[in-house]
Amino acid sequence: MEVLIPILAAAVRSGTPILYATLGEILTERSGVQNLGLEGLMLMGAFMGFSVTHATGNPWLGVIAAFVTGAAISLVHAFLSVSIGANQVVSGLAVAMFGTGASALLGRKMVGLTVTGFGKIPVPVLSGIPVVGPVFFDHDPLVYISYGLAFFLYWFIFHTRPGLNLRAVGESPIVVDAMGLSAARLRYAYTLVGGGLAAVGGSYLSLAYTKMWSEGMSAGRGWIAVALVIFALWNPVRAILGSYLFGGVGAMQLRIQAAGTSFPAPILMMMPYIFTILVLLAISVKKGKGILLGSPGALGVPYSREERT
Amino acid sequence: MILPMKYRVVLRRRFKTGLLFEGVLPVLSVAAALVFAGGALSVFGVSPVATYRAMFRGALGSGYGFSEVVVKTIPLVISGIAVALAFRMKTWNIGAEGQIYLGALASAAMVRYFPSGNQAVMLLTMTVGAALAGGAWGYMAGFMKSRWNVNEVITTLMLNYIGLHLADYFIYGSWRDPSSLGFPMTPPFPPSARLPQFFGTRVHLGIVAAVILVLVFRLVIRWTRWGFEIRAIGDNPRAAVYSGIRYGRNVELVLFISGAIAGLAGMTEIAGLQGRLQPGFSPGYGYTAIIVAWLARLNPWAILVVSFFMGVLLVGGETIQVIMRLPLASVQVIQGCILFSVLGFEFFRNYRVFLVRKESG
Repeated sequence: MEVLIPILAAAVRSGTPILYATLGEILTERSGVQNLGLEGLMLMGAFMGFSVTHATGNPWLGVIAAFVTGAAISLVHAFLSVSIGANQVVSGLAVAMFGTGASALLGRKMVGLTVTGFGKIPVPVLSGIPVVGPVFFDHDPLVYISYGLAFFLYWFIFHTRPGLNLRAVGESPIVVDAMGLSAARLRYAYTLVGGGLAAVGGSYLSLAYTKMWSEGMSAGRGWIAVALVIFALWNPVRAILGSYLFGGVGAMQLRIQAAGTSFPAPILMMMPYIFTILVLLAISVKKGKGILLGSPGALGVPYSREERT
Repeated sequence: MILPMKYRVVLRRRFKTGLLFEGVLPVLSVAAALVFAGGALSVFGVSPVATYRAMFRGALGSGYGFSEVVVKTIPLVISGIAVALAFRMKTWNIGAEGQIYLGALASAAMVRYFPSGNQAVMLLTMTVGAALAGGAWGYMAGFMKSRWNVNEVITTLMLNYIGLHLADYFIYGSWRDPSSLGFPMTPPFPPSARLPQFFGTRVHLGIVAAVILVLVFRLVIRWTRWGFEIRAIGDNPRAAVYSGIRYGRNVELVLFISGAIAGLAGMTEIAGLQGRLQPGFSPGYGYTAIIVAWLARLNPWAILVVSFFMGVLLVGGETIQVIMRLPLASVQVIQGCILFSVLGFEFFRNYRVFLVRKESG
């Protein structure tokens, strides 16, 4: 058990950026919009968070800047998906490309710099609990916020009136429209918030995880988050489990490499991706043909008031 | 008192588009994208004029640059056709990149384990191996899709990374050239495993394969029963299934063939160009292919043109990397803007916009 604790704690840390991105995408997809561009949003978040923190010395400003940036880029995606009714897969890929390119271009002068960023703040009392304490309550504030956010979103989506509207617009926008709410406005709002959260996940990488910026530093986490949304069945609490599972795979990989075993690195690197496919497979096989209980009915389908049928 | 005249925007659904419109719209949307991207570049502290000029000069300012553009056009056309085939059936093969790697990996395996001094035999084995390996990579996603309805966007994406690392496993492992001074690469291929190059440039036989594929794609989609099934599913999957077309079988088949074609791009790339397998030999051709197919609206002739244009961007990107010391990823800013713009301009394909004057009061 003693050996496992550092690995589990590392799993939480390395799963946190994925958790933010997954939570964001759950909101976006619950509203019926699919945003595949998380990888680009995370990179932009990582860059913006880092550069603002470097300039101001305040990592919280960095996080806010990351959120705003993510939301701003998602605005383009929302416009194309909601207002134009364009193809969301392609638009999402465009977000990923733009974010990857723009962050590399902007960050070229930031390489090699470091920030103080977020430090560890053990939670009083709770961090003293054996096993649970060091694993969950001996981290930086962004980790604690992610716990709260996941449970808050669960409550929000399933137990509040706005949450009901969110689920409704993802399920059947025509009903929401008939209720006198604007389907488009709701979708815009959640696409923006979702993109902002993904960028916050990216800022965790540069502000708490590595405390520096490097090109392409999200290293595929954004794509994994897209897959994790399905694993989580669009449920924020299940997203916690999935994110830490993947964080754990990542943490193990680093440890095995550090231990200097002869196990080839490329095989380790492909583990998270193989694992993602296996997990998707397991879920899909289990649920059978009546696939994906949580899947929003109108996911990826544009809605136009004039053309409702 | 006279109230000011006001204009009102009226949208009407557009049902038919003319040939002129089809030609002008993509050009307009790319032009707009270059303006957006230019704006973005200047916000990022890079002069767009200098960047575009350097890109243009690097790609089209010399015979060498032009030939390099053609060299990049080849894999883009082949993998563009690959993803266009899947897209025509509204099946999302985002995995061309991984399939390219698998194709290259299989070609290198053929050279290593089944070498032949006869060029025709060697190239044929490499081609078959590449197509089978790339096809298998696509088929996996197709099988999971048809059998358990696993989202193919995610599986093909994940398979990209797996394929890339799988290639690394061999390149960094047992296939590494002992005389390469520690550089991760396989030993150079023998002359029999190389595609002939033309005109003293790096343009290789793959260009013929690319053109043939364009013709075959057109032929199959337009004139065969299978092509009809693909189009039927792409236009209305439910109606297609009701009319007796088997969806699952077609998903598997289309992703297999799509993967096989992308695998071929991997083969022509290393047999025609590099002459050995090394990491990162594809600068994201499989992803750029998605832009190519989309911008070309899945039209095979347009895929040729758009691939060339993307080739200009890629060669231009390498130029600004050298001359202006910008990261190669900068090109992705432009690529992203092009996709955004093309999607945005779709609006004008679907609607006619009128400004109607109205008297208010």
